[in-house]
Amino acid sequence: MSDTVLSTLAFTGVPPRIALVGNPNCGKTALFNALTGARQKVANYPGVTVERKIGEFLSPAGTRVQLVDLPGTYSLRARSPDEEVTRDVVLGRFQHEAPPDVMVCVADATNLRLHLRLVLELKKLGRPIILALNMMDVAEARGCRVDAAALSAALGVPVVPTVAIKRTGVVGLLDQIDRSMIAMTATLPPSPGTSSCGWSEPSALDLRAYHQEVETILAAALRDAGRPSLATRRIDAALLHPAIGLPFLFLVLFLMFQAVFAWAAVPMDMIDKGLGWIQAVAGAVLPDGLLKSLLTDGIIAGVGSVVIFLPQILVLFFFILMLESTGYMARAAFLLDRLMGGVGLHGRAFIPLLSSFACAVPGIMAARTIENRADRLATIMIAPLMTCSARLPVYTLIIAAFVPDRTVAGGMIGLQGLVMFTLYAAGILSALAAAFVLKRTIFKGAREPLLMELPSYRLPSPRDILLGLLERARIFLARAGTVIFSIMILLWFLGSFPAAPDGATGPAIDYSFAGMLGHALAPLLAPIGFTWQIAIALVPGMAAREVAVAALGTVYALSETGDALSGSLAGVLAADWSLPTALSLLAWFVFAPQCVSTLSVVKRETNSWFWMLVMIVYMTALAYGAAFVTFHLSSALLGG
Amino acid sequence: MIPPLPGPAHAATPSPATRRAPGPAPGTSSDPPVGNDCCRLGVLRKGQRAVVTGLDDSAVATPLPPGELERRMIEMGLIEGARVEILHEGFPGADPLAVRINDHTLALRRAEAHAVLVTLG
Ligand SMILES: Nc1nc2c(ncn2[C@@H]2O[C@H](COP(=O)(O)OP(=O)(O)OP(=O)(O)O)[C@@H](O)[C@H]2O)c(=O)[nH]1
Ligand SMILES: [Mg+2]
Repeated sequence: MSDTVLSTLAFTGVPPRIALVGNPNCGKTALFNALTGARQKVANYPGVTVERKIGEFLSPAGTRVQLVDLPGTYSLRARSPDEEVTRDVVLGRFQHEAPPDVMVCVADATNLRLHLRLVLELKKLGRPIILALNMMDVAEARGCRVDAAALSAALGVPVVPTVAIKRTGVVGLLDQIDRSMIAMTATLPPSPGTSSCGWSEPSALDLRAYHQEVETILAAALRDAGRPSLATRRIDAALLHPAIGLPFLFLVLFLMFQAVFAWAAVPMDMIDKGLGWIQAVAGAVLPDGLLKSLLTDGIIAGVGSVVIFLPQILVLFFFILMLESTGYMARAAFLLDRLMGGVGLHGRAFIPLLSSFACAVPGIMAARTIENRADRLATIMIAPLMTCSARLPVYTLIIAAFVPDRTVAGGMIGLQGLVMFTLYAAGILSALAAAFVLKRTIFKGAREPLLMELPSYRLPSPRDILLGLLERARIFLARAGTVIFSIMILLWFLGSFPAAPDGATGPAIDYSFAGMLGHALAPLLAPIGFTWQIAIALVPGMAAREVAVAALGTVYALSETGDALSGSLAGVLAADWSLPTALSLLAWFVFAPQCVSTLSVVKRETNSWFWMLVMIVYMTALAYGAAFVTFHLSSALLGG
Repeated sequence: MIPPLPGPAHAATPSPATRRAPGPAPGTSSDPPVGNDCCRLGVLRKGQRAVVTGLDDSAVATPLPPGELERRMIEMGLIEGARVEILHEGFPGADPLAVRINDHTLALRRAEAHAVLVTLG
């Protein structure tokens, strides 16, 4: 009989929807990935997931099920935009979607006292619920014993132990999902939108009552509370130590930037040689003409000049993944709360800001976890000042061209890495300064309280780190192969046509559309020392910042008059630009706002064109001002 | 609209004026020494242990609407009867605090920790 029920379900065509709900950091996304085979971001700090994510899987009985992963929350009384998403989906208010058919409440088995409260609140909604007791492996290791049968009896909902990070850890949950769907179709025929009214905001009294009930349930079901993680306590005794904590945090960040140079040097060299070889072969094999120019100058010189930075991006991501998956991220927020408080920011703001080192887009999204709107806007406005990985190629290229590769401080510190660190530091300091000004002018108001769980440390699994890096590499190469590739073809076209008139003296690009554009923009950018080639590169750089590098590659490849093509881009730049010009461009890119995806996510997250425009104006002004000062100061100092 | 509260809650309904749970909270001795009862979590130092006896956010300056801080704290496990211990202190000013609450660890600032009434031990 159950089979017929299930096949009717399957037959109706609308797959049943199951939502994962629970406190932050209890392993919802890990379960989501385990069930659907997706690769959504899993990390060891509260507030990783900030959007609703949808996937599908086939239950053991063969039903196609839609699974919804949600941001973690302590309560349906959403206090921040990410928690609002969870509330709205659960209550069936989200974009007029019906509420999920079944809720899988996920609770951390080692911390039931806290996590069961939300389960009780959800149970009140009167919809089918399954409780997944996750992290059973950790619970066992800590001697924490939960009687699942007694818990199920006391709660009145099915309870399944799970281990989201083991392949076999979700088998019980899958079986229970089938059983619950049968029960659901047998008892209440699917009636969409039954109850968004079963919930009203609990008062402090109600919350206390829930906690009392949890105590009663635990008295019946918790056989042994287990020991807290001693390792976490010992590590924190050192890493949160008043004298050691902050210096250690800065050391970690400093090492990160050193490593970006030191570890990536060899693979970058290999890619460079490989590209040089391909270019040479293509140059030798292809007949002279447009096709050869398109391939060598447009595609290999353009796309290649970006691909070469893959190793550096991976090193950067390696560090970020390690920080996120060990649990150090929440500690950093703790350590910085006082300092960030000095400029009016919340310690939590560190998490979106550090994510912005990878890319401002997820960084700005992560600001959803900040409750206070003014604080959140301030964080969004300064996030793009954190140097994102797309600016890494620009920095590296110019540093490689102008900063000698030698060590300082007795061979301990690479000079190039030091300059890189300085540029990142300039970004961070200006972000703090901007926050200081913003919080004292437009975004006035007291700071939101800090109430943040510090999760136990976890040893990251090498497999997860590796998969995370592969995913990054895939995204980076896909971008190079699509966006950058097409922009390069367009740029090559604009840089090659119209062709130079007969008897022209300069390189052909001078007479092309791109050349005209560059020369038109040049007067505007002359005060900050930019050449017309830079002006050309800045325009496509708006699509994605690393395209500026690719564009320089193509522009200079097209500007070469014939045989000098062999030199690397860095070498060409070193010969063509003055040092003040290079420094000025670096200063420009510390602030450069021109990235379409950042601006559109700002528009979406603030839900206003106004803040997007404010961002463009203030960051362009900062970039121009900083470049102007840098150019003239360094020209004067260098006697130029 | 709100269904009746489940059993044990009725017994422990606090008086709204003080928002203090009457009687001994679970986990405390039946008769706590009077002088100890006056502490607030915000004045404890590293290593000290205590039991929460009540919440009172009236003296704490926050941008939140009245009663909101209390509710957030309850949701994060700071509730009458919770055993707390100051694990770590930040820098400078020994702020914020990392507080062990029963089975989890919470970071919060001293300013807000003043809303938590505790008794040492
Ligand atoms: N040992 C162990 N670790 C787990 C298990 N499930 C999740 N984790 C780890 O717990 C951390 C949090 O997992 P997530 O899946 O990101 O948690 P989440 O509930 O989605 O968190 P938010 O998105 O912040 O609400 C990660 O470090 C996971 O690797 C488990 O069953 N056992
Ligand atoms: Mg998640």
